[in-house]
Amino acid sequence: MQNNTNRSYYLVPYFGWMMLFVIAPLVLVIYFSLFDLHGNFSFINYQNFFTSVYLKLTLSSFWYAFLITAFTLAIAYPTAYWLTKTKHKQLWLLLIIIPSWINLLLKTYAFIGIFGVKGPLNKLFESMGIGTQQILYTDFSFIFVSVYIFIPFMILPIFNSLDKMNPTLIDAARDLGSSTWTTFTKVIFPLTINGVKSGIQAVFIPSLSLFMITRLIAGNKVITLGTAIEQQFLVTRNWGMGSTIAVFLIMFMVIIMILTGQKDKGALSNEQIK
Amino acid sequence: MTDNTIIRFENVTKSYDSATPVLNNVSFEIERGKFYTLLGPSGCGKTTILRLIAGFMEPTSGDIYFNGNKINHVPANERQVNTVFQDYALFPHLNVFENIAFGLRIKKLKKEEITRRVLEALKFVNLEGYENREIVEMSGGQKQRVAIARAIVNDPEVILLDEPLSALDLKLRTEMQYELRELQQRLGKTFIFVTHDQEEALAMSDEIFVMNAGVIQQSGTPMDIYDEPINRFVADFIGESNIVPGVMIADYRVQFGGKDFECADKGLSPNEKVDIVIRPEDLEITTVDRGKMTVKVDTQLFRGVHYELSTFDKDGNEWLVHSTKKAAVGEEIGLDFDPEAIHVMRLNETEEEFDKRLESYGEENHAK
Repeated sequence: MQNNTNRSYYLVPYFGWMMLFVIAPLVLVIYFSLFDLHGNFSFINYQNFFTSVYLKLTLSSFWYAFLITAFTLAIAYPTAYWLTKTKHKQLWLLLIIIPSWINLLLKTYAFIGIFGVKGPLNKLFESMGIGTQQILYTDFSFIFVSVYIFIPFMILPIFNSLDKMNPTLIDAARDLGSSTWTTFTKVIFPLTINGVKSGIQAVFIPSLSLFMITRLIAGNKVITLGTAIEQQFLVTRNWGMGSTIAVFLIMFMVIIMILTGQKDKGALSNEQIK
Repeated sequence: MTDNTIIRFENVTKSYDSATPVLNNVSFEIERGKFYTLLGPSGCGKTTILRLIAGFMEPTSGDIYFNGNKINHVPANERQVNTVFQDYALFPHLNVFENIAFGLRIKKLKKEEITRRVLEALKFVNLEGYENREIVEMSGGQKQRVAIARAIVNDPEVILLDEPLSALDLKLRTEMQYELRELQQRLGKTFIFVTHDQEEALAMSDEIFVMNAGVIQQSGTPMDIYDEPINRFVADFIGESNIVPGVMIADYRVQFGGKDFECADKGLSPNEKVDIVIRPEDLEITTVDRGKMTVKVDTQLFRGVHYELSTFDKDGNEWLVHSTKKAAVGEEIGLDFDPEAIHVMRLNETEEEFDKRLESYGEENHAK
């Protein structure tokens, strides 16, 4: 008994943290979402969310998040695969991870310089005779920079699951007659699906609420849920609507978490076969 | 080359870099329907041979033939062989049925045929009713059987087994030895089995290749190899042996431990230096005056079926004796043995020369 009560003291900081920084903000957000511009209790914000403006915004937010995730995955998977094959894989991995330690804002500003009208990229275009191009404030630059920033977060879980995979399984698949492609689709990919799911979670969910990159790189031409929340709070000062969008954003996140949820089966047995 | 040959290695060398090759100019033939064992210590190149046959690697030089066709560059998925891996390499995301069906699904067989063949393979390895189990739910021995079923279900011409029993406990391992041998005889397929366990090799094989340092030291039936080891390495690796230096005085006369003995070997140059092998179970304990050799008992261990005595002669050579009779430690005893028990090994003799010499002994020795 004595032991049990003693042990529960250790949980106090954890519960305190959870209450202050997870539960309380959530309750506050839901609370604010139930008041209109004039501080009256109403469901008007929720009704407004289902108007075409906000639905379009949600759709476009999902579309961009999807594009970013798809490109990140397309680049990260082969890279992670190649990494597991190299001799000094931990070193290469470190080199890929290092940029993610640098402040996001700093990297974003660096791209403003690179992509700018007077930037090095346009200098190159000019010398090649293509002429100056407007690169900043386009969909391309938005997706490019987002993909660049998210790549380490996709590579890491995929690399881990690939690295954990028993390489004899690939021999076994080949031995049983599968081509390189079937080996990938029937063995390698299914066994690393958990890594892919973790990567998608780490990229898709933050992509939904990007607002700094949309502002700096896309020049607010791309509006995501994140940008909308920021505008509602800081520009329109409609805290109710901002909170409502946040509530929906949280709901979308939960849904994505459930959809990309990990079944323990694959990872567990992958461990045990070793 | 006979029609029965299914796999042939011709001067195959495999090296990873400029350093010493893992496999050094190896040539051999594998006949259809036999149980072969590649036996040797770790790093001797036995698994390399298996991987070359399976197609997981290509030889640095030399050629590999399968049914008379050169297969050096044929990829693994197009070869008529299946492998049972050391760690089983079962797919953890698939259940038992799907693991076994993997190869058949790739061949795009009909559903009914796949089901029929998978269930048949499960029956073959005594795992009926386990088809819906997950791999994690299976014990080591059961995984082993699934791995075997996954190989045989494809009906390959050759089944390669890479130390498949090494992860099992002793009792299960002995059981699986019987089962594997029986399975091979029922299927009538060529099995190539890799192991470092000499007892396993002796018990199961039709033919053993003893390997060391990338070279096949000796090949032959288990009895040939046990009774007539070609050199010190083989004699030492297979079973327990007393190996002492000796001199061949004349045909049928050999000298070791300071004495002359009658033996069954001939055709060596007079006064040639040789290695003498006598198996511990061929030595018999007797009194000093009746023994051919006098030794002093150093230690005695009870091994269950026999006593294992470590004894030393005057020259300090150790003689290991397996005897059902007991002796007293520290006492001098006599050792008796037949002339046939003495096995003479020439130093640095190749396998061809060795076989020729054995053949030259002719009928007289075989009659015994």
